[in-house]
Amino acid sequence: MSDSSTLVQADHAHEHPPYQRHHFETMQQQVDATGFAMWLFLLTEIMFFGGMFTAYLIYRNWYYPAFVAASHQLNIFWGSLNTLILISSSFTMAMGVWSAQMRKQGTLVLCLVLTFILGLGFLGIKTIEYKEKFEKHHVPGAHYSLNSFLNPDSDKEAKDAGDKPLPLDMARHTEIYFSLYFAMTGMHALHMIIGICLLGYMIFRARQGAYTTGHVSFVEYFGLYWHFVDIVWIFLFPLLYLISRHQ
Amino acid sequence: MSSATIVSLPDQSTARIPKTNFITKENGLLSWLLTGDHKRIAILYLISITFFFAIGGSLAGLIRLELLTPQSDLMATDTYNKVFTMHGVIMIFLFLVPSVPATLGNFLIPIMIGAKDLALPKVNLLSWYLYIAGGTLVLYTMMTGGVDTGWTFTTPLSTHYVNTNVLSTGLAIFIAGFSSIFTGLNFIVTIHKMRAPGMTWFRLPLFVWSNYAASILMVLGTPVLAIAIVLVALERTVGIGVFDPTKGGDPLLFQHLFWFYSHPAVYIMILPGMGVISEVISTFSRKRVFGYTAVAFSSVAIAVFGFFVWEHHMFIMGVSNYSTLVFSLLTMLVAVPSAIKIFNWSFTLYKGSITFETPMLYAFGFMGLFTIGGLTGVFLAATGTDIHLTETYFIVAHFHFVMVGGMLMAFLSGIHFWWPKMTGRMYPEKISQLAAVVTFIGFNLTFFPQFILGELGMPRRYASYPEEFQILNVFSTAGATVLGVGYLLPILYLTWSLKYGEIAGSNPWQATGLEWQIQSPPLTENFAEIPIVDHDAYDYEWLEKMELAKKQQEVSSVG
Amino acid sequence: MDHISPVLWQFLVKWMTNFALFPPEASKIAPQMDALYFFMVLVSLVGLTLVGLLIVGFSILYSKKRHPVAVQIEGSTLLEATWTIIPLGLFLIMFVWGSLIYFRIYTPPANAMNIYVVGKQWMWKAEHPGGQHEIDALHVPTGQPIQLTLISQDVFHSFSIPAFRVKREAIPGRYTSVWFEATEPGQYHLFCTQYCGTDHSHMIGTITVLTPEDYKKWLAESTSGMSLAQNGERLFASLSCNACHNGRPDARGPSLANVYNSKLRLANGQETIADEAYLRDAILNPSEHVTQGYAPIMPTYQGQVSEDGVISLVEYIKTLNSNYRVEQTLNTTGLLPESEPTSKSPSTPKAAPPAAKGTVTP
Repeated sequence: MSDSSTLVQADHAHEHPPYQRHHFETMQQQVDATGFAMWLFLLTEIMFFGGMFTAYLIYRNWYYPAFVAASHQLNIFWGSLNTLILISSSFTMAMGVWSAQMRKQGTLVLCLVLTFILGLGFLGIKTIEYKEKFEKHHVPGAHYSLNSFLNPDSDKEAKDAGDKPLPLDMARHTEIYFSLYFAMTGMHALHMIIGICLLGYMIFRARQGAYTTGHVSFVEYFGLYWHFVDIVWIFLFPLLYLISRHQ
Repeated sequence: MSSATIVSLPDQSTARIPKTNFITKENGLLSWLLTGDHKRIAILYLISITFFFAIGGSLAGLIRLELLTPQSDLMATDTYNKVFTMHGVIMIFLFLVPSVPATLGNFLIPIMIGAKDLALPKVNLLSWYLYIAGGTLVLYTMMTGGVDTGWTFTTPLSTHYVNTNVLSTGLAIFIAGFSSIFTGLNFIVTIHKMRAPGMTWFRLPLFVWSNYAASILMVLGTPVLAIAIVLVALERTVGIGVFDPTKGGDPLLFQHLFWFYSHPAVYIMILPGMGVISEVISTFSRKRVFGYTAVAFSSVAIAVFGFFVWEHHMFIMGVSNYSTLVFSLLTMLVAVPSAIKIFNWSFTLYKGSITFETPMLYAFGFMGLFTIGGLTGVFLAATGTDIHLTETYFIVAHFHFVMVGGMLMAFLSGIHFWWPKMTGRMYPEKISQLAAVVTFIGFNLTFFPQFILGELGMPRRYASYPEEFQILNVFSTAGATVLGVGYLLPILYLTWSLKYGEIAGSNPWQATGLEWQIQSPPLTENFAEIPIVDHDAYDYEWLEKMELAKKQQEVSSVG
Repeated sequence: MDHISPVLWQFLVKWMTNFALFPPEASKIAPQMDALYFFMVLVSLVGLTLVGLLIVGFSILYSKKRHPVAVQIEGSTLLEATWTIIPLGLFLIMFVWGSLIYFRIYTPPANAMNIYVVGKQWMWKAEHPGGQHEIDALHVPTGQPIQLTLISQDVFHSFSIPAFRVKREAIPGRYTSVWFEATEPGQYHLFCTQYCGTDHSHMIGTITVLTPEDYKKWLAESTSGMSLAQNGERLFASLSCNACHNGRPDARGPSLANVYNSKLRLANGQETIADEAYLRDAILNPSEHVTQGYAPIMPTYQGQVSEDGVISLVEYIKTLNSNYRVEQTLNTTGLLPESEPTSKSPSTPKAAPPAAKGTVTP
């Protein structure tokens, strides 16, 4: 019971849609609040990746030749293909959000399945790339090998890029490059895996018609997340693969 | 009206705790563990942080006992190192960071702004579970041998030179960190989007402002700590070399990332406490907080400047001399808003009508101790004196004055202040006043000698020390026992009051906040009808009019 | 007073008689830092008293008994400005004053005597230029600026001498420096103040300040027979540094004579001063420190020379005024036939690499 006479009866005349949570006064408030929360969450994600980008920029500045030589080891074909796949998946995701808004259940499920497949495709290609690194002993740690950088002629990628042998002390710093490469792409892949799991759940729910009733927040917010993960890659790809291509 | 108290309780012979309230709404353990109610989650937090405070406090007791004598005779140096590390980890990540925001903030922010709940109740519950998961991992770490890196996890010590459970502790902090991110995110969204009609930004209670500022720090700072910990874990398991000087990595980079969170974390801890003090000082001097806007903006200023001072933890570590100029200057600037707050609180008393209930005593304690803590911070912000004082007991004393003397006093003040609202019952006044005084005396006896120890040069984190430092350490340990009693008392009498305390009624302090205009304990949905706010915060004239109107209504209805 | 426990009594008498509030001032900088410290203590006391007076005074004047009805006051811009500007001004004074002292402590004068300190879990090793080694101890003379060049072999340590009011972190992989000039002969504490693992609290030692005469005596008594530079010279030859750095016109490495504290232009176009830190980095990470005009052919010595060895090498390079000694050692290492005139033959430098490689390839 309220002690205050200024507390007035809130307007309960209109019917609440079933998906409106009871603690929100209006549907508008619910959409505003949850959307704002999603953007804030993405902000924390930026700070999360920001720490690694800072480390990357500092070390790249310090150990420039090592970063150039090490980046030549990345496969630009797979990288570009993956970029293409991710951008397409962002498109299918955006289409998914649109079809949810238009209440087209069939299209929504199709778009989500496509996004799902493209996401898996990205991870598959990432696995191929990781496997290459593993075989060449470019995974940081006890078995890390400097061979590609000390004797570039014995290494296909280094030879193609026309690398000169790095002095031993600089070659050792390629390990830092690969550490950051694995940390950054690994964290990105982890976000992809989480996204794909959520997609699986959403496909299941979408087939039950959960998102085509006019309440599309979940699909929308997942779309934001998916685009964010995409954008992180849009920064990773040039920084790791492209920036030193022709040096 | 010349009594020395403002407490106005309902007639105890007829008063009843309202039958429907958030505690009685549902029964059974599951109804608590699966709740979305911000008030119930706040109670869950209160119980769990009290548990971890007890553990952290016992560890502090062990530290003080060990330091009673110059030799390391109570425990081996390794054990001592583990004890102070666990003390730091538990107190900072499991007590201080969530203390006021997750308990009082969780309980009060929705009510203060006139909302039925936080914007994201499920995320709020998730935060608690993350906290518990982090806490459990810390307990696991303790059971399986502990960790001895210090809570700062300095590389390369933490990555290459210790064999203890760095990974599980790191994971615990990572998880607890996400708990704090989600709490902060929830607060920001709630304060932006859930305010009742008429509740403009400048009608918000200052408690809400300060929690808002702290939430910004949580949301932006914690992820950086998370990634720093991930890199430490990778360095330890795989040896990636990012922080390893032998591989060309920079161990100082870790400290930059770590303090980028951990300095703002200090403000995460203290800002909500400052919010409590604003509420308490205003209520017990029956006066609007002096310079409301200045106090509100000083919170935001602390949050903003707080992000750009982290390097002052590294003045002696070979960073560029010129960068220390910048960071020293910014640190001086961040001290100013705190000074502004202290003076505004002091002048709130001016021409007030002051009473001295327990929350007010704790608030006075806060003001005194925080002033000392803040001013000694300036000793460390000035680079010249920092060289001599850093890494000694001066630092230890300084942050305990701010964190324990400041934050813990504020927390206790807030717990006493809102106890009747949370439980519907009063705590016993006389013994709690005694506890407040005992805490204040015990605190000063414990930590003031440490300033002198630090100035004399005694380094922190020493299990044994040269003999000439003993007398001050004896004082400190003696004080710690008094302090221990001071903390034990509230736990006992507050528990007692749950059953035997007087019935508080809805507004025992005659306070103005929206939370005091509803029943105690509140309904699950807080407000039967969403209030429309037409007055500023701390408007005691509005409150008087309300009371008068209510009395007339009663008279007319009886008549 | 017999009824008080005798142990407690002894304790009190013992400690109350030499109860100190601040450590002895035994260096030139100590009184300067203490002046700032006492200024800050004074400001703090005034501030604390002011806040205390406000709280206590208002509490008495405006307690509910005396002042039953509060007067509502919004605030006062004038007062807000006052307590913004006055603390700000005071803090700025402390900032400037503090920074002056900071720069003084961390900017060693040119005529300072350099002592190297290597920190490792859990001991300090000091190396005097004359080759005297000390563990967990340091002997210094009065009246002479002493520069400490610090480095750690493992984790962060911190070299703290409270009586001198100086402290500097010893960081793995990087030199840091600090200086002081001791004024009072005596023995003072040396602490490691950065937490460094199990025996952190045992990483302590004694600083002994001697008069210049006593210091000379001590140096003579504790000499190990070989100075740091002599040690470095031997190392220089055994690592075959002289194969390239010999000052000859066709040498593959730059001449090191008088290189210390000179301005160098590097291959990447940067200009730098060849201080101790530079010399150390150039030995361990040579490819990032190639002098302009030379090829990046120097191998890294990371992992082959201990920090002590690097210190000896650096000290040796610092003493090099001409290449005469280098040539001499080159001659004695037998890489060069004694009869051959200096560096005329193009074959001589080529003769060196195999020998050099032999010692450096991992």
